[in-house]
Amino acid sequence: MDLENQARIKELGEEHGAENLVVVLGAADADCAELAAETVTVGDPTYAGPLTGVQLELPVYHVMEPDIKDQVDEGVYEEQVAMMEMVVEVEALIDAVKGVREQHSKL
Amino acid sequence: MELKGKKLIAIGDRDGVPGPAIEECLRTAGAEAVFVTTECFV
Repeated sequence: MDLENQARIKELGEEHGAENLVVVLGAADADCAELAAETVTVGDPTYAGPLTGVQLELPVYHVMEPDIKDQVDEGVYEEQVAMMEMVVEVEALIDAVKGVREQHSKL
Repeated sequence: MELKGKKLIAIGDRDGVPGPAIEECLRTAGAEAVFVTTECFV
């Protein structure tokens, strides 16, 4: 994950706390989704950025997960996400993010 | 998880769903974006 983004997420995590935040990913690739999810829960797995060793344990979801999708206005979801849903491996993305969340998120 | 009232960090993907699209969706669920970005994961 981009180093400047890591710095900003670190600040927000410390400012608001995991209980008030939710991280939602839009990654098209399961490996990238997993990497980003790990970065905001147990810290940067590449040991490159400000989140190295920082366990924010933020709740992290992929935008295509039913938990998220079901709470979003259907028309807006259709307009913003549905097209992409047809070209990516939705199950793999969901499994990747859910696996990290269930293991490492605080909530 | 109840999204209403949550503060959202949207990490979009240039080749997937961009940050602003995530923000737009989550706003309808009652979440407030505090950080929106679109990464290039390649």
